[in-house]
Amino acid sequence: MNGIVVIGTSWGGLSALSQVIPELTRDFPLPIGIVQHRSKDSELLVGLLQDLTPLCIRDAEDKEPLCPGTIYIAPPDYHMLVEEDHISLTVDSPVRFSRPSIDVLFRSASDTFGASTIGIVLTGANEDGAAGLAQIVARGGRAIVQDPTDAESPIMPQSAIRAVPGARVLPLKKISAELMRLATVVDKPRARKAG
Amino acid sequence: MALPLIAERLRAEPPEEQNYDPDLEKIEVELLLEGVFRKYGFDFRAYAYSSLRRRLWKRIVESGLRTVTSLQEQVLHDPSMMEQLLLDLSINVTAMYRDPHFYVAFREKVIPMLRTYPFIRIWHAGCSTGEEVYSMAILLHEEGLYDRARIYATDINEVVLQRAKAGIFPLDRMKEYTDNYIKAGGKKAFSEYYTAKYDNAIFKPELTKNVVFSQHNLVTDRSFSEFNVILCRNVLIYFDKKLQSRVQSLFYESLAMFGVLVLGSKESLKFSEYEPCYEQIQPPEKIYRKIR
Repeated sequence: MNGIVVIGTSWGGLSALSQVIPELTRDFPLPIGIVQHRSKDSELLVGLLQDLTPLCIRDAEDKEPLCPGTIYIAPPDYHMLVEEDHISLTVDSPVRFSRPSIDVLFRSASDTFGASTIGIVLTGANEDGAAGLAQIVARGGRAIVQDPTDAESPIMPQSAIRAVPGARVLPLKKISAELMRLATVVDKPRARKAG
Repeated sequence: MALPLIAERLRAEPPEEQNYDPDLEKIEVELLLEGVFRKYGFDFRAYAYSSLRRRLWKRIVESGLRTVTSLQEQVLHDPSMMEQLLLDLSINVTAMYRDPHFYVAFREKVIPMLRTYPFIRIWHAGCSTGEEVYSMAILLHEEGLYDRARIYATDINEVVLQRAKAGIFPLDRMKEYTDNYIKAGGKKAFSEYYTAKYDNAIFKPELTKNVVFSQHNLVTDRSFSEFNVILCRNVLIYFDKKLQSRVQSLFYESLAMFGVLVLGSKESLKFSEYEPCYEQIQPPEKIYRKIR
């Protein structure tokens, strides 16, 4: 795998994802990992999103191989991490009350894929994701944050922007196009093998 | 608003500077784990890298260190640091009736099968502090099978086994556990199974009458009997693929024909060479029956 996209969101996330994901084309070159905070019982997210896209949406399982153009949703009550070629889940303690935690996914993506990591923070009512996004950028990766004025809940985008002042701040409807552009840039054989 | 963020970043696991070198870090981690194994005998060399790394960095940052190599020096020269690291690296997160829908499926699909056996042997591998052992003991009790069952509950860690044996759990978890118990198809009032005392819920000793707690290391120890049911939920996710497959082979050898293997709800045999040897009894529940 040449790189990875990681997306974090909470309050308002389903509606935000429903606008971003349908715009991604079938030939999207990277895997996409998503943490959406939700209750332990909600299993509907995968089905709802699958109806909107030709990309394959997976309720992630441990050791599942990472494939380009596939979207992995962190299951409720697990942290989702990535290895070079597969997903890795844990039941480690919640981080700042969240399991799955956006920071845990973001850090693990940047640990594994370094500069070839694209992190996206969307609408949400807490600060999860900000520290992880900062790490992604510190290691040469890219950051996109939903414009807080465009977000159902601005807290998560605002704290992400505070942590990463140089992030590309975009309204929802422009995020997919920017993501497609960055993904093509990132999808080059990496100069240095990470992991 | 910025303060908690800064605090979080100070607490943050890995170095964030531009010149972070994952290859070098991997060398450091491998040297540390090799050292731990050769000096203390604990073998974490085949643990899943990303989560292992996360735990190592938690220890490094909390101990005010800067690199994996500095942790290695401390661990090799100071046994108390090894003890600390051992606690950091053992996986002891568990709950009673975690994933209640699994217990519903177990009642519906596995219990009728077990009823046909004169004697039932169950291995609970990686039982940690025992919450799921008590859950299963209660279930068997309610189904009238407890008296002909024996549960072998094992873990690598002697400390958590002692706690499992004691059967004393924090009272403040009982509301969550009671909810789970009801969703799991529990047949009585959950509070009948424990006595509340101060901040603790002390579970009835009858529940462990047929439970044998003992130390067993999935990484190095062999099979010790033949079982009708093996439960190993959310343990294999901490192992890398190679070790996972070795443990799968251990389970396969330890199961009687038509015996049942239970994994965590996000674990799967799908990515294992043993998949063809089992059938999944009620997807999506991770309950597998050995068929060849």
